[in-house]
Amino acid sequence: MSAALLVRTLRDPASVAALDASGWNSLIAAARAERLIGTLAFRLADVTVPPAVMPILSDARADAAREARQALWEADRAAQALGPLGVRVVLLKGTAYAAAGLKARQGRFIGDLDILVPVEAMAAVEQALIVAGWEWVKDDPYDDAYYRQWMHELPPMIHATRDRMIDVHHTILPLTARQTPDAAAMIADAMPLGDGLYVLSPEDRVVHAVAHMLADGDLQGGLRNLWDIHHLLADTEPNILEARAARHGLGFHVRQAQRLAAALYGSGARLTLWDRLIRARLLARNGWGRETRKALVFAFFLRSHWLRMPPLMLARHLWTKWRKGHRPQ
Amino acid sequence: MRHQLTLRIGPATFRIGSAWPAPIAQLTSLYATYPQPADAIADFTVRLQPTSLVRRFIHPSIFITGDHGLADAAPMSLSHGLLAAEMGMNLQMALGWRRHLLLHASSVEKDGRVLVMTGESGSGKSTLAALLGERGWRFMGDEFALLDLESGAILPFPRLVSLKNRAIGVVAGEVGAARMGPLLAATAKGDIRHMVPRADAVAHMGQGAMPALLLFPRFGHAADMRAVGQAEIFMRLTQASTNYVALGEPAFTALTRFVRDVPARAIDFPTGEEAIAMVERLWEEMA
Repeated sequence: MSAALLVRTLRDPASVAALDASGWNSLIAAARAERLIGTLAFRLADVTVPPAVMPILSDARADAAREARQALWEADRAAQALGPLGVRVVLLKGTAYAAAGLKARQGRFIGDLDILVPVEAMAAVEQALIVAGWEWVKDDPYDDAYYRQWMHELPPMIHATRDRMIDVHHTILPLTARQTPDAAAMIADAMPLGDGLYVLSPEDRVVHAVAHMLADGDLQGGLRNLWDIHHLLADTEPNILEARAARHGLGFHVRQAQRLAAALYGSGARLTLWDRLIRARLLARNGWGRETRKALVFAFFLRSHWLRMPPLMLARHLWTKWRKGHRPQ
Repeated sequence: MRHQLTLRIGPATFRIGSAWPAPIAQLTSLYATYPQPADAIADFTVRLQPTSLVRRFIHPSIFITGDHGLADAAPMSLSHGLLAAEMGMNLQMALGWRRHLLLHASSVEKDGRVLVMTGESGSGKSTLAALLGERGWRFMGDEFALLDLESGAILPFPRLVSLKNRAIGVVAGEVGAARMGPLLAATAKGDIRHMVPRADAVAHMGQGAMPALLLFPRFGHAADMRAVGQAEIFMRLTQASTNYVALGEPAFTALTRFVRDVPARAIDFPTGEEAIAMVERLWEEMA
């Protein structure tokens, strides 16, 4: 299992000394598939690697540097567009880690710009972004209505000339999820970066990353999310984290993430049966970068929908999507 | 993957895996003169996998992917497996290569200097490079010309030449059946047949040279020749590059130098023979 090789290498970079060519090919394919190649490249920066691997890793580091630069520029553009509104704009995920200079930023792939704003400012934020050149991506009225009624974010928007996406959140979990995190408290306790931009407090960063990974979604990209969490945890106070997680209704998930991060990337932990299932899902990737354990992966895909919607709503949603020709990958 | 091959083309090494034996067997034989180092660390992994479990056996259908892929890539029939493998390698280069500026262009070399030809699919750039490669030029590539960011040299990427429709007969008549792949009839781009470059092109595939002339060929028009302004050349080359944006400022600097230093012409031609005469004449005058 090559995802396991990737995890071992991130935990213990010196272990690559034992790899042959086939091992390297597996490691690189798994890292690319999990979008951890940049992270891997940083982890291996001070380790001796075969000559054929060096340009692969330096390309990955250069790509990561470019992504960070682009992400910070997008954040700057959003700050420019939203500044006049006078609301707190909280950067989330990769852009936040880059802007705040956190360890989790090193080599991290950054896709869209994710921001959190107060729910009462959503309409004004949407309007200001449209004026500044962002436009809708989804032209499907069902998707648009679904986002607005049930999701924790606006339908995704893309900038017409820069071709970069922005996701505007007003909380960190869909409104249909069982937990209801206190988004207002998160925004109130966020830390200023200047220019009207903020990042979440260290504890709230963990809560958000955990909510995204374990209380929502199907664990696609889970190894990367867990890597983030592993580093974010190092900046937290255990007591504050516990209290904060409880306040957001995510105490169970945060404790589970702590166990998984320690088991995969740290010094080990005792895992429950449920933890082990998640670990098996996280490691479902072979040496060609291909997903394995199809049934387990599909089960987690179903679970992601189950988490988001009550049964009747889920049935209606799946029926609508099926008629539109959507099929799970 | 059950069947696999490692293949080196120019500066890039590919590990190609397939759920079926046929595409790998065809690649192995057509690329017989290229390095096929079984124990190499590859720059890219290419996967030819079934679009679904059923499609591995019944009406086999290939999904082309790898380190880099497109979620909405059109499935291909197993009878076009060779083309799928070629497209898989091109996809990795187009989306993942960072060590040179990629130009969607063909290139040939003579006397240590390179002629670069760029244009849309169907412009005749592949056919022209293939024909010139048989007539005293060294073939360097029909799909990507690699511009070195520091030296400004063009480096070869001499994969199999992909000939389409009418070009197949023109080139096959010149090189002979032994260097031609199987006819892939009725693909999304029409009929396609691959041609193996001459041995000298493969033997010198690590060797670059400075560009001396840039042409924008256009097949199927009355013979004509035009100068092209530097601003237009620059814009067309950025559009002909898949990694210009990703490489950032070094790409801008290298491309600016290329546009400033390399003379350029647009040429229209009705037949391959006339095109070759025009190219040889321009080469004498300008390069």
